[in-house]
Amino acid sequence: MPNRVVNILVPVISVILGLLVGAVVMVVSGYDPVAGYSALWNGIFGDSYTIGETIRQITPYLLSGLAVAFAFRTGLFNIGVEGQLLVGWFAAAYVGIAFDLPMYIHLPLAIIAAAVAGGLWAFIPGLLKAKLQVHEVIVTIMMNYIALHTTNVLTRMVADGKETTGTIKETASLKSVFFESLTDYSRLHYGIFIALAMVFVMWFILEKTTTGFELKAVGFNKNASEYAGMNVNKNIILSMVISGAFAGLAGAMEALGTFQYASVKGGFTGIGFDGIAVALLGANTPLGVVFGATLFGALKFGSLNMPNAAGIPVEIVSIVIALIIFFVACGYIIRYFLVKTNKKKEAK
Amino acid sequence: MTKRKFGLGLSLVLAAGTILGACGTKDDEKASTGSEGADKGTESTDFSIAMITDVGGVDDKSFNQSAWEGFQAWGKEHGLEKGDGGFDYLQSAGDADYVTNLNNLVRRDFDIVYGIGFLLEEPIATIADQKPDNKFVILDGVADRPNVVSVLFKEQEVAYLAGVAAALMSETKQVGFVGGMEIPVIERFEAGFVEGVKAVDPSIKVDVQYTGKFDDAALGKTTANRMYSSGVDIIAHAAGGTGNGVFAEAKERKTKDPNANVWVIGVDSDQYEEGAVGDSNVTLTSMLKKVGTAVQDVANDAMAGNFPGGTTLTYGLAENGVELADSRGAIPQEILDQIKEYSDKVASGEITVPETVE
Repeated sequence: MPNRVVNILVPVISVILGLLVGAVVMVVSGYDPVAGYSALWNGIFGDSYTIGETIRQITPYLLSGLAVAFAFRTGLFNIGVEGQLLVGWFAAAYVGIAFDLPMYIHLPLAIIAAAVAGGLWAFIPGLLKAKLQVHEVIVTIMMNYIALHTTNVLTRMVADGKETTGTIKETASLKSVFFESLTDYSRLHYGIFIALAMVFVMWFILEKTTTGFELKAVGFNKNASEYAGMNVNKNIILSMVISGAFAGLAGAMEALGTFQYASVKGGFTGIGFDGIAVALLGANTPLGVVFGATLFGALKFGSLNMPNAAGIPVEIVSIVIALIIFFVACGYIIRYFLVKTNKKKEAK
Repeated sequence: MTKRKFGLGLSLVLAAGTILGACGTKDDEKASTGSEGADKGTESTDFSIAMITDVGGVDDKSFNQSAWEGFQAWGKEHGLEKGDGGFDYLQSAGDADYVTNLNNLVRRDFDIVYGIGFLLEEPIATIADQKPDNKFVILDGVADRPNVVSVLFKEQEVAYLAGVAAALMSETKQVGFVGGMEIPVIERFEAGFVEGVKAVDPSIKVDVQYTGKFDDAALGKTTANRMYSSGVDIIAHAAGGTGNGVFAEAKERKTKDPNANVWVIGVDSDQYEEGAVGDSNVTLTSMLKKVGTAVQDVANDAMAGNFPGGTTLTYGLAENGVELADSRGAIPQEILDQIKEYSDKVASGEITVPETVE
């Protein structure tokens, strides 16, 4: 079997396996898997509204996936995307509310504020890692909690003690009247273009610039890179900052696009953590992240329709979705068996 | 390297394609049943209602559950079934899902869609603007739209009575309050409770803790643990699922030492069952919000053709919208009589309970 066929077969088989095992779970717990999966399908592609919302859901996943993937390429495990996203969310919302500017300044300013906030938030673990060899996983996890509660306090201050800030000014909004009319009031916004542009930016930085080459080199082998005369510390910090900026942009998508406000949160949004899975599913490449985010976003949004249309409880739905992703992620096992059977045939 | 990446990309496209493909054939089937359902909805004159909850489910033994029980009772009364054309609910996993879930229910042609809880306030307002011909109800919040009925409860009044009960019952002269998020609803509970305690004995210390979450029982348990260890003997909670942890801690202490003097005051629905430890029980009473009654009132009004859109309904002690649950012997009769006195005074307006903590 040629390598390319294996490459195509692996994900196909893994998704089918995921769907099958998911179906078994539904049957065992007394629900109709056909109704369940058609509800899932309709929840993703049912009509213009669901398609719009699916793309809306994919948007922040794209950016959080990019954030994780980018740090990974430099050998850094950025678990702090969630926190960087939250500070980005707050920064974008704050700029969106506090300033009165024409749109062509206001919107970019809000977006940049989010990227800068996220970047600064990631700068701290980067600096600690570079200068003091503090492991970035620990620092970023803790920074998530700091971000959650700090932004909650700040949001409350901006909102005069209430839980939700007012709506951002229209000049800072990514809201799209055109998309709204096209998709029956879905919350699809222009942010998807920013997210896709960032996919290109990441590809460009990594593949077309010297900086990108250095970042990747540090990821492959720190010592060799240092021996080759690269400034490893600088690259570690830079990688974290760029990663954080992507995460901050994901927050901007929520602040300026989906929600149009910042609110006090009882817990994490989960987008940042799911970004880890998105990046790993996409093998940490820009294009891979697009597919990872699409899979995640579509399943996440489509699954909302399963309790709605098929009466399957949320808990079962979570299990089914997790199974599908689980099987996609363990493509290795399937590849292993494919190659093994292949070899046997050849031996004969 | 590039080739491999291309291969991976290609395979992922196909992966996506397969998920879609696998369901493709079933899609038509579903579409047809879907339209049948819609037809049925428009033809029949039956009235149907649906609700969405925040991140807590309808089995939270608290607010959502009492709303859902109201739905079930209402459905039974009118001979309706769960599902299209009857009554139904959707649970949300996070705040991004609220508007989608509301939209889903509107599309299924429910006559009234309820948002259960303060967190649904903004989403209800948003969807009410988008779907001006549909009717909505927001519980525990206010959305000033012509097609929305806002329902508020005077939590401070029932919390006041709970405070009175706690103050009269406390042996250590220390009582506690565990809140969920610092939102107006919960602050009304806090204000009432603190005020009630003060009305009986200003020297009693009230330990107020906010957990910041409504769905973290583990956090509720540690908070309760700290309080009980510091000498508090009665904890009132207004923290939804987090409050289940308060019960867990109290029950644990009661199991270890049957003579332990620990009590919990439940919230929203009668949480007596939640506090059962063998033959004894740690539930002193519960601050009932008759969410179910409110839900049914609005539905019945709307059925009769007078949906009170654009208004805010307030349920207090006088309206029978809030009350203390039956203590089942945990509170002795003479104290119950004292509570009754306070209750009458509040209902008649002689005592006004503040909504916020000074």
